[in-house]
Amino acid sequence: MRIALFATCLADTLFPEVAKATVAVLERLGHQVDFPAEQTCCGQMHVNTGYQRQALPLIRRYVETFEPHEVIVAPSGSCVGSIVHQHAMVARRQGDLELASRAEAVAARTHELSQLLIDVLGVEDVGAYYPHRVAYHPTCHSLRLLQVGDRPLRLLRAVAGLDLVPLADAEVCCGFGGTFAVKNADVSTAMLADKMGNVLGTGAEVCTAGDSSCLMHIGGGLSRLRTGVRTVHLAEILAST
Amino acid sequence: MTAFLGMPAHAPRGVGHLRGEEPFPAAARRALNDAQLRRNLGKATSTIRAKRAAVVGELPDWEELRAAGRAIKADAMRNLDRYLLQLEAAVTERGGIVHWARDANEANAIVTSLVQAAGATEVVKVKSLATDEIGLNDALAAGGIAAYETDLAELIVQLGHDRPSHILVPAIHRNRAEIREIFLREMSDVDPGLTDDPAALAEAARRHLRRKFLSATVGISGVNFAVAETGTLCVLESEGNGRMCLTLPQTLITVMGIEKVIPTWADLGVFMQLLPRSSTGERMNPYTSMWTGVTAGDGPQAFHLVLLDNGRTAALADPVGREALHCIRCSACLNVCPVYERTGGHAYGSVYPGPIGAVLSPQLTGIQDNASLPYASSLCGACYDACPVKINIPSLLVHLRARHVEESGASVEALTMAAASWVMSSPRRFGRAQRAGRIYRPLGRRGGGLPPPLAAWTRSRDAPVPPARTFREWWRDEHGETP
Repeated sequence: MRIALFATCLADTLFPEVAKATVAVLERLGHQVDFPAEQTCCGQMHVNTGYQRQALPLIRRYVETFEPHEVIVAPSGSCVGSIVHQHAMVARRQGDLELASRAEAVAARTHELSQLLIDVLGVEDVGAYYPHRVAYHPTCHSLRLLQVGDRPLRLLRAVAGLDLVPLADAEVCCGFGGTFAVKNADVSTAMLADKMGNVLGTGAEVCTAGDSSCLMHIGGGLSRLRTGVRTVHLAEILAST
Repeated sequence: MTAFLGMPAHAPRGVGHLRGEEPFPAAARRALNDAQLRRNLGKATSTIRAKRAAVVGELPDWEELRAAGRAIKADAMRNLDRYLLQLEAAVTERGGIVHWARDANEANAIVTSLVQAAGATEVVKVKSLATDEIGLNDALAAGGIAAYETDLAELIVQLGHDRPSHILVPAIHRNRAEIREIFLREMSDVDPGLTDDPAALAEAARRHLRRKFLSATVGISGVNFAVAETGTLCVLESEGNGRMCLTLPQTLITVMGIEKVIPTWADLGVFMQLLPRSSTGERMNPYTSMWTGVTAGDGPQAFHLVLLDNGRTAALADPVGREALHCIRCSACLNVCPVYERTGGHAYGSVYPGPIGAVLSPQLTGIQDNASLPYASSLCGACYDACPVKINIPSLLVHLRARHVEESGASVEALTMAAASWVMSSPRRFGRAQRAGRIYRPLGRRGGGLPPPLAAWTRSRDAPVPPARTFREWWRDEHGETP
C-alpha cells in the first residue's frame, strides 16, 4: 500500500526520530511511504488558542497537500484529532464551505498510527523487539477524541521482550494541553507532578504514548527531576528490532 | 414595556457572584499552594468519581439516556419562548404568581419586596445556585431580611463567611475538622464538647436549623426542573431540609433560571435517572419534592415563581455556545476535571466553577469579564465523557476562545500567532524557520531556560534540544528530493 506520511510540525522539527520510526515500521511491513514535502502543520495550536482565522491557511495547506493521497498517517492522536474534528468545523465557521467539504474528505482518509496499523493494515505484531519495562500513557485526544481504545496496548503487547506495566490513573491528563502548559503553567505543572508520580511508581524505564507533544511535557518534567526515566514515542518502540 | 433593541443583555456588574477578582491563573496559583485544599479536594472528588462510575455502569441504556437528555434540552432551548409562556400559564392557573426578571437586580428587588410584603424579617433557604448567582442573600440583608441557608454544606459556607466552591457540594474544600471549628465559632447554641464525627456535626446543624424551620414564614428555593405542560416545579436533594423549606412556611418564593424548563411531565423520567447518578453517585436521591401552584390547606398558601434571565438570552443567541444552557447542574464534570481537582472552585471566581462554569460564566457575563476562563482547561475531554446531557464542553471552550480572540484587539500573542501562521502556511518559510531555530541548539542544554513566554515552560520542564537535522532534511538527504 502507498501511505502518505504527515510527520506533524513538532516531530518534523524537534523529534525527527518519531517520523523516521513511522517510516521504518511501515516499510518493514512492505508498504511504500511518501512524504509530501509541501506539508507543514495541522493548525491545532492556532485553533485551540482561539486563532481560527489564522489557522485557516494551515488547514488549506494540509487539505491541498494530502488531497491526492488515498491513505494518510500521522504519529499523533492530537494532530489527527484536530484534522478529523476541527478542520471542517473551522472552515465552516470562517465561511469557506468548499474547503470544509474537502477537509472532511481528506480527514476521513487520515489515520493515527495505531489505527492505521490495526484497522487499515490489520496487523498487531509488527515484528518489533524492545527489551524494556514500559508504561503506556493514553493521551487524551487519542483516547477521547479519536477513541483509539486499546489499539496501542495491543501493539505493545505484541512487541517481543517488552514488559508492559500498568500505569495508575493512566487516563488522567498529563497537563500538557498545548498553550495551556504556558498560560496555566502552575496548574499544568501540578497535573504533571501527579502523572510523573504515577509513572515513577510503576518502576518503568520508559514512558510511552502516541503523541510527541504530551511526551515532550512528561519527558521534560522527568528530565528536570533527573529521574532516569525516558519518554519514547510508540512509533519508536514499534520500529525497534 | 421597553422596546427591545440590539443584542440581549449580559448579567450586570456589581451584583451577584459570576465574576472573580483576578484571572484564573493567578487565583489557581494561590489555590495550588494550599496543601490542605489539595488533599480535601483530591479525596472528595475521587470518592464521588468512583461512586458515579459504579452506578452509571449499572445501566445498560446509559448512552441512550444521555442522548434523550440532550434531545429534550435542545428542544427546550429551541422553543424556550413557547415553553416559558406555557409554564407561566400553568403555574398561574394553579394559583401561583409568575414574575419575570431581566437580571440579578430585578430578581433581587422582586424577591425582597415579596418578603417585605409578607411581613417577614427572616427567610429559610433551600440550596440554590440561582440565588447565589444573583447575590440574593446580600440584597435581602440590605432590605433588613436575614436569610438562613438550610442545606448542610451551604450552612457551613454561610457560617464560615465563605463562598461555595462546588455546584453540588459547596463546602467540598472543607474537611470535618474545619467544619467542627466553624460550628464551635459560629453557632451560639452548639455543644462545646462537639466532636468532628460526621453524625455529631449533622446533629448540631439539625438542632441549629430546627428552630428556624418552625419560625420562618417565608421559604426561598431554586429549582431543578420546571415542567411546562403542568406547571410543576421539582427540587432534588439529599437531606430533607429542602422539603422543610418547601412545605412549612406560608409563603414560598422560587427563583428559576429560564433554562430550567422542560416540556413535559414524561421528560422528568429521563432526568430522574440521569441526575442522581451523575451528581451524588446514587441510583435515586433521598428527597424529590414536586409542587404545582398552591393547594388549599396544605403547604405554602402563597407561591411566587421568579423567572430569571441574567445573561441566559445572550447565551441563547450564540448557536454554538447555547449548548451550555443544557446543564442540569449535576457537577459530574467538576469531579472528573483534573484542573478543578487541583485548583478547587474558588479559582474560577463564579458560583459556576469547573468545566461547565468555564463555558457558562463567560457567556452570562460577556466574555471580556471572564476572559481567562475558556483557557482554564487542557481540553482533555473528561468532562464531555461524564456529562449526562452530552454537552461538548471542550468544543465550547475552543469556540469561546475564538470568540474572545475575535472580540479582542491587537496583542503580542495575536502578532505571534499571525506570524506563526504566515511562516507555517509555506513549506519554504517553515523550513527556513526550522533552520533558524537550530541556532538555539547550543543553548538548549538540559535545565536551561527559554525566553518568555516559553520561560513558563522551562520553570518546571526541560526543553527539547533541536536535532541536527529535521525530518524533512533527513528525508531529502535519503531520497534526494528537493522541497
